[in-house]
Amino acid sequence: MLRGAATFVEDIPRPHAHHLAFVRSPVAAGRIAGIGTEDARAVPGVLAVVTAADLGHPSLTAVLERDEFVPTSMPLLAHDRVRYAGEPVVAVVAESRYVAEDAAERVWCDIEECDPVLSLADAASTPVHPEAPDGVLVDLQMFADDLLDESLARAPLVLEETFRSGRVTAAPMEARACLAEWRDRDEQLVLHCSTQVPHQVRTGVAQALGIAERQVRVVAPDVGGGFGLKCVVGREEVVAAAVAARWRVPVRWTEDRQENLTAAFHGHEQEYRVRAGFDAEGRFVGVDADIVCSVGAYSAYPFSCGVEPLMAATELPGVYKVGRYAARARGVATNKPPTAPYRGVSRPQIVLVMERLLDKAARRLGIDRVEIRRRNTIAPHEFPYTGPNGITYEPGSYLEALERCVREVTDAGWWERRAGGDGLRRGIGLVNFSERTAYGTATMGLRRMQMTPGFDVSHVRMDASGDVVVTSGTCGHGQGHETTFAQIVADRLGIRPERVKLRQGDTDLVSFGWGTWGSRSLVIGGGAAAVAARTLAGRLKAIAGELLEVGPGDIELADGYARVRGVPEARVAVEEIAATVHFRSHTLSRHHDQLLEARGAADPPGMFSNAAHAALVEVDPGTGDARVVDYLVVEDCGVVVNPTVVDGQVRGGVAQGIAAALYEELTYSPEGQPLAGTFMDYLVPTASEIPPVAVHHLQTPCELTETGAKGMGEGGTIGAPAAVLAALNDALRDCEADLDHIPVRPADILRVLTTGTRTEREDTA
Amino acid sequence: MKPAPFEYHRAYTPKEVTELLLELGEDAKILAGGQSLVPMMNFRLARPTALVDINPVSGLDYIRRDGDVLRVGALTRHRSVELSTEPDVHNGFSVLPGAARWIGHFPIRSRGTVGGSIAHADPTAEWCLLARLYDAEIVVLGEHGTRTVPSDEWFTGFLTTAALPGELVLETRFRRPRRHGTLLEYARRRGDFAIAAVAVAFDITDNRCHDVSMVLGGVANEPLRVPEAEAYLEGAEPGERAWAEAARLAAEAVTPGTGPDDGDHGYRRHLVGTLARRALAEAQAGPAGPRPRGGAS
Ligand SMILES: Cc1cc2nc3c(=O)[nH]c(=O)nc-3n(C[C@H](O)[C@H](O)[C@H](O)COP(=O)(O)OP(=O)(O)OC[C@H]3O[C@@H](n4cnc5c(N)ncnc54)[C@H](O)[C@@H]3O)c2cc1C
Repeated sequence: MLRGAATFVEDIPRPHAHHLAFVRSPVAAGRIAGIGTEDARAVPGVLAVVTAADLGHPSLTAVLERDEFVPTSMPLLAHDRVRYAGEPVVAVVAESRYVAEDAAERVWCDIEECDPVLSLADAASTPVHPEAPDGVLVDLQMFADDLLDESLARAPLVLEETFRSGRVTAAPMEARACLAEWRDRDEQLVLHCSTQVPHQVRTGVAQALGIAERQVRVVAPDVGGGFGLKCVVGREEVVAAAVAARWRVPVRWTEDRQENLTAAFHGHEQEYRVRAGFDAEGRFVGVDADIVCSVGAYSAYPFSCGVEPLMAATELPGVYKVGRYAARARGVATNKPPTAPYRGVSRPQIVLVMERLLDKAARRLGIDRVEIRRRNTIAPHEFPYTGPNGITYEPGSYLEALERCVREVTDAGWWERRAGGDGLRRGIGLVNFSERTAYGTATMGLRRMQMTPGFDVSHVRMDASGDVVVTSGTCGHGQGHETTFAQIVADRLGIRPERVKLRQGDTDLVSFGWGTWGSRSLVIGGGAAAVAARTLAGRLKAIAGELLEVGPGDIELADGYARVRGVPEARVAVEEIAATVHFRSHTLSRHHDQLLEARGAADPPGMFSNAAHAALVEVDPGTGDARVVDYLVVEDCGVVVNPTVVDGQVRGGVAQGIAAALYEELTYSPEGQPLAGTFMDYLVPTASEIPPVAVHHLQTPCELTETGAKGMGEGGTIGAPAAVLAALNDALRDCEADLDHIPVRPADILRVLTTGTRTEREDTA
Repeated sequence: MKPAPFEYHRAYTPKEVTELLLELGEDAKILAGGQSLVPMMNFRLARPTALVDINPVSGLDYIRRDGDVLRVGALTRHRSVELSTEPDVHNGFSVLPGAARWIGHFPIRSRGTVGGSIAHADPTAEWCLLARLYDAEIVVLGEHGTRTVPSDEWFTGFLTTAALPGELVLETRFRRPRRHGTLLEYARRRGDFAIAAVAVAFDITDNRCHDVSMVLGGVANEPLRVPEAEAYLEGAEPGERAWAEAARLAAEAVTPGTGPDDGDHGYRRHLVGTLARRALAEAQAGPAGPRPRGGAS
């Protein structure tokens, strides 16, 4: 990757491939009265100009099998109505992207515009989908508790608060891209696609095109980031496949940044109205949440638009004992692009909500904010703990992480820095949270998705020279799976990781898989690889035992040898075993026609990593500027397979969380026009805006997984918005108003600074 | 994000540029560093039928001092100004290298040109602010020879100038050197166009301010001079009191309707007040150098 040797979709040479450009809806909502394609067809170099009718109105449909869910379909190309500005209506196929864009300009769409739905408030006025007249695609009432109201009524302190988070997008360095080809020889469509979920893309394409799964081969080459944006199936990719299948030409589509920001998948546009009761000591007595997620115009395939509301309602309590709990969570259709499970999925928001509630309660009750967390956090002796949300939490280091974080911050001199005195305000944010990872079938089954992910499989095989190939149904896209999977397999075979190569992301090579998302790969994919490697190790031991004339139980695998335990000179090299099995099988008592191959599977229920984050921010009252100047993470993801990889995930995640807290937002005009179509308006922070992030590890080995590891891909993004928001409020601690939304802009800070002051609460830990 | 079709021509002398432009007609455009034009073409916001690439033209890349005038050739890259350290060149114009640091990112500064920026006339562009601050003259070459346009007549609106079709900017002449000068701006990310910027220049003699200029960027369709603040400061005693009053006058110059996007004019006004106060104090303290954004120390 760093040497420039990676192969992304765009790097696959196909000089004669055609290129796709999409004619996209110029308006947020409207009825398509007519489409004219003649002028575009006449442009030299154009192969075809394709409408939904030309393709037979294919669509993708993602369904939750629940009464509270309204199924809706996402057409590959809009035909009767357009539902967001940027929605693809017509596809132009031409010899180059330049010609395709020239021709796209000549397509005319006659659209009768109507008022757009941009929020819950106007959802019922002109419903986005007639199937859902109130505009609500999913309405979940969970954990109803008859005694909740009564408990809140009796509580000494009840907070009624509203929290909001802005619409953001993953903005991976490599936007979406695909190359679709029809291979006559195999009667197969080969789709190279920048995706996190090759098998789900295969299913989506096969279903939408009405062909067999075997007739679709999806290959994910090197993928330049996904963050959830690529764990759903994009309609443009399926259109490319349809064009290649129909016209039998190779065809490319490479999303440009404007399309990526305005017409791909978004996430995290949510509002929480929460009532939370506390006793006089600051302990929760109950939490009642009303959650609205603006899920955009369509339910993305295969996970559906239920992802954010379900996650929010189920997991809001986090590491805290909240007493009684009930939540209503709605997914509201709006005339904006659909949402995908963007890194964190509702957890950046629920952590923000819980942490704000605790900071507010601490302040109202005059309790130190670390102390109030101590009182509410699930304690070590309470594991396994089952909460009012029905989740059972396995052991974690919740309190230890918090205490360690406070200690590190204190040792690093943050409290002295917070005192300031140079015209800048400084604040410290401290948050503590968990991150559910590696959701297996048992947990995913509760969601009742028509397609329920969970398990994964792996295949490990050793060749005649003793080198190993491991396959996985997960599909890394920059997380270093090549390294960590090799470590896991090599450890079990007693060989060096360099001798193990990971193969993934090809549906003809890997029998099936659920891809990479939800912090599942190392635990589920790596767990399956560990199982397979363990089986293969057993076979190596059996053969070595025969060669060394001892029982297999006396053999250990280490340093590239199978050797007799306690008699290290009695050994045979793994290469030797491999060569014997392949080439001199007749010398063995048993014929090893199974060679050195093994399969493994893993399907753990899901487990909770945890972390405490601390942010130090500086606020300039003159400009309203806020910047995070220091950041510290204490995290526990069980057994750390590779600290560099874990630290990289944490740091990148924190950067994305800081981005959501202070910089990034996809804003829309009242007409529903996207206002952030470039990186000049969508403020992805640069290295200059991201502080150093110190990472400390605690390790509570997980008993539910093969390796003792827990997932950890999202925690950085989950904790950082809450930590930054807490730090901002701390920097403004003498001001009357609170900041309860993200992203916080300079003007918001100046507004709080002018709202009047209250007495400063001294807060040291 | 691909441009509409266009022809591409190279020119090697200024005369060739103007001849080509004349021949190619009004829809032809000059291509200098391409850091503003090419993005606009990719978004199809600009659709020139032909480009005349002036990068091969020699003799337009220089920074020269002529008495009280600092002459900067049109093809001088932002980065060249940023790196130039000749005290003789910059004496009285020391704000220029410091201001260059605020422009975009390293690749943009390496490629973008001073002439391109002056011709593009973005109301937050550093060179446009400084042209107004130092009462620059812009030297242009047209079909009938060269002419010189004072900067207060050059900027005629958002991204528009007094240049006639087919004219080539040859040089920007910064005038009225002063000992004290600073450009301060605020953007949320390093390298972004400023939300607002303030540039000041003045001399101090006998503990009085003289020859004061103040220009605001990002608050109007063109760089905005603040005559009220300039007049107030003329003869005033340098110091916090004067700076605060001048900053108030600067903020007052920010009125609804003057900004490019006016949703946030209250915020811009506050920002201009802060930046003006800090810029004046910093300029008083000495010639400008690199500093953190927003000017907070
Ligand atoms: C991400 C990004 C951030 C940026 N940030 C800043 C910033 O903070 N501050 C800032 O000032 N600029 C910024 N810029 C713009 C940059 O400075 C440009 O280089 C500059 O505005 C134009 O100079 P250019 O040489 O690139 O001109 P070009 O893009 O080549 O041309 C711009 C326009 O000027 C015309 N033109 C160019 N040269 C001449 C000439 N000699 N005579 C007549 N007409 C001419 C062209 O025809 C065109 O219309 C940024 C650009 C980008 C992409």
